[in-house]
Amino acid sequence: MSFYDTLTRLEQLPYGRVWKQYTALDVKRALRLEQLDEDGLMALLSPAAEPYLEEMAQKAHRLTRTQFGHVMQLFTPMYLADFCVNHCTYCSFSSIYDFPRKKLTLDEVRREAEAIAATGLRHILILTGESRNESPASYVKDCVKVLRSYFSSVSIEVNPLTTEEYADLRQAGVDGLTLYQEVYHQETYRQLHVKGPKRVYRNRLDAPERGCLAGFRSVNIGALLGMYEWRQEALATALHARYLQDKYPECEIGLSIPRFRPYLGDFNPASDVTDRALVQIILAYRLFLPRSGISLSTREPAALRDHLVHLGITKMSAGVSTEVGGHTLEGGTPQFEISDSRNVDEIIEMLEAKGLQPVFKDWDILDDSLAMP
Amino acid sequence: MQDPLVIGGVTLTSRLFIGTGKYSRNTLIPEVIARSGSQVITVALRRVDPESKDNIVTHIPSHMTLLPNTSGARTAEEAVRIARLAKSAGLGNWVKIEVINDQKYLLPDNTETIRATEILAAEGFVVLPYMSPDLSAALRLKAAGAAAVMPLGAPIGSNRGLQTKELIRILIAETGLPIIVDAGIGRPSEAAEAMEMGASAVLLNTAIATARDPLLMAEAFREAVSAGRNAFLAGLGPVEETAAASSPLTGFLA
Repeated sequence: MSFYDTLTRLEQLPYGRVWKQYTALDVKRALRLEQLDEDGLMALLSPAAEPYLEEMAQKAHRLTRTQFGHVMQLFTPMYLADFCVNHCTYCSFSSIYDFPRKKLTLDEVRREAEAIAATGLRHILILTGESRNESPASYVKDCVKVLRSYFSSVSIEVNPLTTEEYADLRQAGVDGLTLYQEVYHQETYRQLHVKGPKRVYRNRLDAPERGCLAGFRSVNIGALLGMYEWRQEALATALHARYLQDKYPECEIGLSIPRFRPYLGDFNPASDVTDRALVQIILAYRLFLPRSGISLSTREPAALRDHLVHLGITKMSAGVSTEVGGHTLEGGTPQFEISDSRNVDEIIEMLEAKGLQPVFKDWDILDDSLAMP
Repeated sequence: MQDPLVIGGVTLTSRLFIGTGKYSRNTLIPEVIARSGSQVITVALRRVDPESKDNIVTHIPSHMTLLPNTSGARTAEEAVRIARLAKSAGLGNWVKIEVINDQKYLLPDNTETIRATEILAAEGFVVLPYMSPDLSAALRLKAAGAAAVMPLGAPIGSNRGLQTKELIRILIAETGLPIIVDAGIGRPSEAAEAMEMGASAVLLNTAIATARDPLLMAEAFREAVSAGRNAFLAGLGPVEETAAASSPLTGFLA
């Protein structure tokens, strides 16, 4: 069984009626539960929960502090290449846009790594556009070999790969996989992904599971919020995470909450995700999955990020550039516009002022020479 | 009264072991150490960064015995590699084995823990394995060379107290090893109860790190552990189902 079966069942629900059937009593009941089930999760995502955001926040805050303490893990993305063979209607890297594309040489990767490592960051998420020709798994692997000397954790956000390719990258030192479904609603997915291999919905949907099978220590999933009705997308994301967590208990399943941001084109998303909606999603995720990490990117503005750090967030990006080689080279095209352009020191200052400890290192890439006899 | 706890050749006068995670700032650590009176502190190697300006180890006073842990390990092999890394990083030869395969409840994998203990004890490490309280597993850990065993009172970070009390009681009675209750203790009274039962020590982190006033809580735990230990040494009075009259009514029959 794949998560696709659950998704198919969900898509048959008459959501127009379903969300309205939840009442304040259902929300209160869900808030009392120690372990939320699917119905409790839906209650917390429903319109009936909107007046209860503060109560949800208090519980989410308590759960987060107990499970994760007063710490916030920091990481930054590093863009290796922006070649892409897909045409997605919401992304600057789409193949229809004409701009000088780049792919870092290994020397450029090293310089970029030195610049990022100098800020103190030890966890990195490497990204590429989706092109098996320009940035194949073998290229990513070569880059990882360089990056291992600079970082204690390297995660990837690249096109979906096979289980064998993931396992090969894990052997090379990659410990985490991030892969967003972008949109779970199948018809919308078909409309937004006009051309290219990304159109194959199941290949993307099942990729996080392939990452679990390949033995990644962490797998991070998410929906690009705004592409379709947010309650349904958040529900699908959370249930996908629970599915993976139940089936692969050894893997840390994390969630991200990216909202649509301006990019090169003029596509406007179908669903407006307000700040209140974003908060409701984060809180529902935390109450449904108390042990899961929740990542907050610089897509969100500084002032909002400062408030969200107390609501269930456990990981934040800092010192971000969404351009290939954005820390050492000039003239790149950002994948999307970021909202929080503070550098690492400024993020540290903010976290400390809020009584939180920034954590730069939370894993070691294990040296094979120290393996058991 | 002299009542030392000797583990791995080190004599300890405090029976409260503490952790370094979850604090709002690392600079709290030396203050917590001072107020708790603790002499053993566990640190996750995964958090140690010698190149960092705020390396967690630099906040630990030199008189402390470091207990690096293998947090993050999912297999015996990973735990062994982490322990060796810790030793080569100069963190000493004590190690708390943590092998956790279950990311939902963070429960330890006893089988993998035994495998890692066998290897590391043979290499001369002072091994303190974190475990689910199971007598057979504890005896295998003893045979594998564990210096003590660390059964959980409740899942890590839960502050739920001594949910496994009866099983810990059996380990105390049957293993002949120091039993250090680890994980789950949320209140000083629960630490005192573990010590009253005959535990050799307790290890906790969340209860202090997430308290509103961590320093005052550290002090409260110091006193509770000490009180519990004293009660154990003093010998608790028997618990009777019925009232025991101090002036018996049938004494004349003797």
